[in-house]
Amino acid sequence: MSIFLVLLVLMIIGAIIAVETTHLLSSIVCVGAVGFLLSIAFLFLGAPDIAITQLVVEILCLVVLIRATISRDLTTVSGDREFFGMVVTIALVLVAAVAGILVFAAFPPFGEPVMARVPGAPAATYLARGLEQTGAANIVASVILDFRGYDTLGEATVLFVSILGAVTILRRAARKRPEETDTEKTPHE
Amino acid sequence: MNDRFDKHGMSLIVKTVTHLLAAFILLFGVYIVLYGHLTPGGGFAGGVITACAFILLTLAEGRAAARQTVSNAVSSALDCVGALLFLGMALAGLYLSREHVFFKNFIETGRTAWFRLWSSGIILICNLGIGLKVGMSLVLVFSVLATIRVAMHGESRRVFRKGREE
Repeated sequence: MSIFLVLLVLMIIGAIIAVETTHLLSSIVCVGAVGFLLSIAFLFLGAPDIAITQLVVEILCLVVLIRATISRDLTTVSGDREFFGMVVTIALVLVAAVAGILVFAAFPPFGEPVMARVPGAPAATYLARGLEQTGAANIVASVILDFRGYDTLGEATVLFVSILGAVTILRRAARKRPEETDTEKTPHE
Repeated sequence: MNDRFDKHGMSLIVKTVTHLLAAFILLFGVYIVLYGHLTPGGGFAGGVITACAFILLTLAEGRAAARQTVSNAVSSALDCVGALLFLGMALAGLYLSREHVFFKNFIETGRTAWFRLWSSGIILICNLGIGLKVGMSLVLVFSVLATIRVAMHGESRRVFRKGREE
C-alpha cells in the first residue's frame, strides 16, 4: 500500500511541475514521468498487460510530442492566466474531489474487484472458466478477444475512424499555403 | 537545422546504433503480438512496439530513407488488412461455427494444446490483426505528421511547391 502512496505523491509532483513550468519541453518530460510512474503503479497492482500498454503508448506519445514541440519557435509559454477561467477550474476540481471522496467511500477495500462481490457475475465466470473455454493462458487475452470480442471490435473501429480522420486532415492534398484563401481555385469556376 | 535532420537524418553514431537495434525492437514487438494469449502483452502493445521500431528508423535516417522501408501506401494497405482480418474472424465465427454466433471461437483446440502457441483458436489470429492494424496506423500517422511539420517550417514556399508536385 505504501508504494502506491509514494507513487501517487511523485505523480502529483510531476503533474504540478508540468502545469507550472514555462518551458514546453520540460513540461512534456514531466508528463512522461507521470506516465511512467502510472505504469509502475499498474505493475504493482498485478496488471502487467496494462503496464506494458501504458509504457509503450507513453513512449510513443512522448516522441510525437517532443518532435512536435522541439522545432517550434515558441518553446516557452508566457502571460498570465485569466482570472475567471482559473476560478471555474478550481471550482470544477473541488466538485470532482468531493464526488470522488463520496464514491471511494462506497468502494470495496483497495485491490478487491467490485464485480466479484455480485453473485453470478460474469467476471467470476471469466476467471473460473477462462482457460477451459478459450484455451488462452493469459486471462486478459481471453476476455478482450473472446468473451468481450465485440467490445474490442468497437475499439478497433474507433481507432480506424480516428486514424482515417487524422490522415484525411493532414494529407498533402488538403494543405494550403498561408496566403491562399478558400475561394481561390474552386473547381467549379 | 530541422530540415537538415529531416533530409539526412541524425549523426553516424545514432544511425549505427539504430541499425543494430531496430530489428530487435521489431522482433520483440512481433513476439509480444504472437504470444499475447500466453504472456502479458497482446495485439495493441505489440503493435505499438512495432510502430516504435519504424519511428526510430524515421527519426534516425530521415523521412526519405524510412519511406523506402515502409511507404505510406504500404502502411495504409496493411492497416486495412489488419482491420479486415479482425472483422473477418468475427464474421467467420458467425458463418463457419455450428452455433452461428458472432465472434464464436470456431477453431477447436483440445486440452493437450494448453500453454502452446496454437492453443486458443482465433485469439492468435485476432491478435495478429490488431497488432498489424495498430502498428501500421501509428506509422502512417507519424509519417503524415512529420510531413506537415516540414511544410510549416523553413523555406515553406519551396518545400510546399515540391511537396505538391510529388
